[in-house]
Amino acid sequence: MSYFRAENLSLHFGGLKAVDAVSFAVEKGEILSIIGPNGAGKSSIFNLISRIYRPTSGRIFFEDQDITEQPPYDIARLGIARTFQNIELFENATVLSNLLVGRHRHSTTQLWQELLFLPSVRANEKLHRRRVEQVIEFLDLEPYRDKLISGLPYGVRKVIELARALCSEPKLILLDEPSSGLNVEETDDMSFWIRDMKSELGVTVLMVEHDMSLVNRVSDRVIALNYGRVLAMGSPTDVQQHPDVVAAYLGA
Amino acid sequence: MRFLFKTDYEDDIRLFPHSGYLVSYGLLLAVLLVAPYVLSSYLMSQLVFVCIYATVGVALLILTGFTGQASLGHAAFLAIGAYTAAYLQKYNVPFPIYFLAAGALTGLIGALVGFPALRLQGIYLVIATISFAFIVEEILARWESVTNGNEGMRIKAPSLLGVTVPRDSPTFYFLCLAVLVLTIVGTLNLLRSPTGRAFVAIRDSETAARSMGINVALYKVKSFAISAAITGFAGVLFAHKLSFISPEMFTLQLSIEFIIVILIGGTFSLHGAVLGAIFIVMIDPFLTYLKDDMPGIIAGIAATFGAGTQGAANVQSKVAAFASLNGLKGAIYGIIIVLFVLFEPLGLYGRWLKIKLFFQLFPLYKRATFKRQKIYVKSERNR
Repeated sequence: MSYFRAENLSLHFGGLKAVDAVSFAVEKGEILSIIGPNGAGKSSIFNLISRIYRPTSGRIFFEDQDITEQPPYDIARLGIARTFQNIELFENATVLSNLLVGRHRHSTTQLWQELLFLPSVRANEKLHRRRVEQVIEFLDLEPYRDKLISGLPYGVRKVIELARALCSEPKLILLDEPSSGLNVEETDDMSFWIRDMKSELGVTVLMVEHDMSLVNRVSDRVIALNYGRVLAMGSPTDVQQHPDVVAAYLGA
Repeated sequence: MRFLFKTDYEDDIRLFPHSGYLVSYGLLLAVLLVAPYVLSSYLMSQLVFVCIYATVGVALLILTGFTGQASLGHAAFLAIGAYTAAYLQKYNVPFPIYFLAAGALTGLIGALVGFPALRLQGIYLVIATISFAFIVEEILARWESVTNGNEGMRIKAPSLLGVTVPRDSPTFYFLCLAVLVLTIVGTLNLLRSPTGRAFVAIRDSETAARSMGINVALYKVKSFAISAAITGFAGVLFAHKLSFISPEMFTLQLSIEFIIVILIGGTFSLHGAVLGAIFIVMIDPFLTYLKDDMPGIIAGIAATFGAGTQGAANVQSKVAAFASLNGLKGAIYGIIIVLFVLFEPLGLYGRWLKIKLFFQLFPLYKRATFKRQKIYVKSERNR
């Protein structure tokens, strides 16, 4: 049984088939990239997994559990975290509190305990802080710890989004174009972090990416999509040489 | 300028980041405790209203400032708290019990209002809460067997531990102050725990909050319930302070006053609720003063500029007529809101921070420090 599995996943907007009977599986501990031209349905698949959209048909399984009907907030509780293509951070909060929100699925305290700030809440807060601090160190975010998001440059925000996802200690992480808007140097850093996430933290990665050099550097396997359908699946080099993929990109 | 070196996670968690805070808040508390023995009874009465308004302001900040859900219905929550107290008092229920019951009932109704509000955002939510307030106002006027209709209800002074506490006694003031301080401390506790962060997350991006495992609907309802419950507690004190309540006290105008409290105080910090409450409570005597004395003063100025006795009297009567126009107070509130939104969106507390920073950095202060950066990359797709 695969770790994560999508079966015949479809998303139709009226007559438009954004995702059309897509099936794929992610093995535990691998980095799988989804590539494809604009409008191929890559981000839609992510939005289906994190339940922003409801699939027209098809099922999604994670750790042998059917998660197709789970409410969106339960997806994170199961251990699937995600980042967004256009950055969805909490603008008017500090980096630290953004990252602490990532810890939300691990919070166990009740409202009345929090109102009184009982010792159990304090102990929990310290535990969360320690975990957040580990992520801050992992992604070199120390200089920004107490800064407000609204004053930070784009590249840093991108890393903070990754950090927030990591703070939830996910088993599977969905990265929606981690390198978009980053310069060459920042993209390099990103590729190291993605590899480290896999090797040091044991996180399985599913990622949508346009930057082929990043895809080649980090992916174990690649899926190519076009018009909501799977064109090819396999190792990065195989997929890029696949005639259908070449045709989709170059319009031959 | 003080630099804080953090050596422990506790440094980020504690309420007072350094000893300076302890000194200044201790001083403030001392002044507030001595106040009833120094101030005139009129100012003491105003101070009690400041406490009550600030409590409602904190409640509204939780909902509007931190969770991002606007409400123009808080006068209704205040009314529910006040009427619950008045009704239960008729049956000789002791003060502590009906105080808690009023808060609990208002919180429950707040949660019920929260449910339909889940699907509404922005201006639609405002309209929904206004309608709720009108419904409550109408029920209070019509449900005569319980609320005594438009004739209103009397409420006796509360008795605490067998002692009657008159509404203008220092003890009643201490009671209001205690409720305010407990509300503020509770809210600060909430804000430094997961629930408070979930509120802020919902305000800034519901999509991201959801994908981080926050049950957005549940937390919105929680926010409504907490905010309403606190307002209900304030309602009990409000009823006791006025000793008489009737439906026309809890109109839209009162809800707007609460919005002004947080808008003028500043929506990002609890300081704002207190500063805004002081502002809104003190503006009333100020306007009365203007109304009584301004015509005479303007007439005096007119006379010195050679308007003649007849002309001065003419001016005086015209200014007096203008000052006693109906709805002038509402217009002044409107102007105040517009001016604050345009020129000081951070409110009085934001202004205070700017002044503080000016002196801390003395010759190096830059106006641009507080200028908002424009963000061009913002996704609207996943709303």
